[in-house]
Amino acid sequence: MTILGHILAARAAGEPGRLLAAIPYAQFLGMSASLDSGELVTTMRYAPHLIGNPALPALHGGTLGALLESAAVFSLLWAAETAVLPKTITITVDYLRSAGPKDTHARGIVTRLGRRVAAVRVEAWQDDRAHLCATATAHFLIKREG
Amino acid sequence: MTAPEDEAAAARRRDRRLAMARAFADNVPHNHALGIVIEAMGDATARFRLPYAAKLIGNPETGVLHGGAITALLDACAGAAVFAALPQLQPIATLDLRIDYLRPAEPGRDVWAEATCHHMSKNVAFVRALAFHADGETPIATAAGTFMIATKLGTVAPRGGGA
Repeated sequence: MTILGHILAARAAGEPGRLLAAIPYAQFLGMSASLDSGELVTTMRYAPHLIGNPALPALHGGTLGALLESAAVFSLLWAAETAVLPKTITITVDYLRSAGPKDTHARGIVTRLGRRVAAVRVEAWQDDRAHLCATATAHFLIKREG
Repeated sequence: MTAPEDEAAAARRRDRRLAMARAFADNVPHNHALGIVIEAMGDATARFRLPYAAKLIGNPETGVLHGGAITALLDACAGAAVFAALPQLQPIATLDLRIDYLRPAEPGRDVWAEATCHHMSKNVAFVRALAFHADGETPIATAAGTFMIATKLGTVAPRGGGA
């Protein structure tokens, strides 16, 4: 099955976790996806190899960027009809506070869905959803029919 | 005119500072997990290499690296350029990072990153970075980032902290 086939099957089955099974890098970062009141939430499970600053300790900024980018892609795949895998054009990550050695969650909000370009805003948090540790805005190249 | 011994002392200080910056960048668990190699550190520059690895693939059909791996490489390299530019080592934290993906990395090939800290104010360091396959080839991604300097343990950006 193609990767897009996997994704469409996961969506048809209502099992977002299957989105990530086929992506090696998502496995490397310990990412999983679940539905929370109908909203797709991507989680990066804490592991020592995600640390960027051992003194604090704090997660590597790159892992947070990767989580935000992945969460944006997954929410796009989950919400929208696209005939291709979204390609990241640009992403801007704002680091609001240091992320500790624990699980990190992220959700994407599709703010614009065009025929060629989609814009997604992403929020990441650890313990408290109201206490964001990072946000991002990203543009993706997509392909929609009609 | 500076005496030769002053110049020698300055060179020794610079070497020590860059060695410290390299050690600092090398002490990052996630850099090791990614397999990042620190190839060079200059006065306000860093050059890293990310060896191609199966675990970093984003699209198993094509073998293209995940954008997140490029993000992590650019973030790490940009941070190292700030360390290289600091007169003395201080904790830093990424404030924001923008990445433009110009083209996908080619499967099977290592990716290099080069970062330059082009401005340093009292609180903030400004960095530009580039990800590419080989010198002279068209780049894979460009990045622009800002870093807070001398962050306290446990905080990223001081409240109301601007440049």
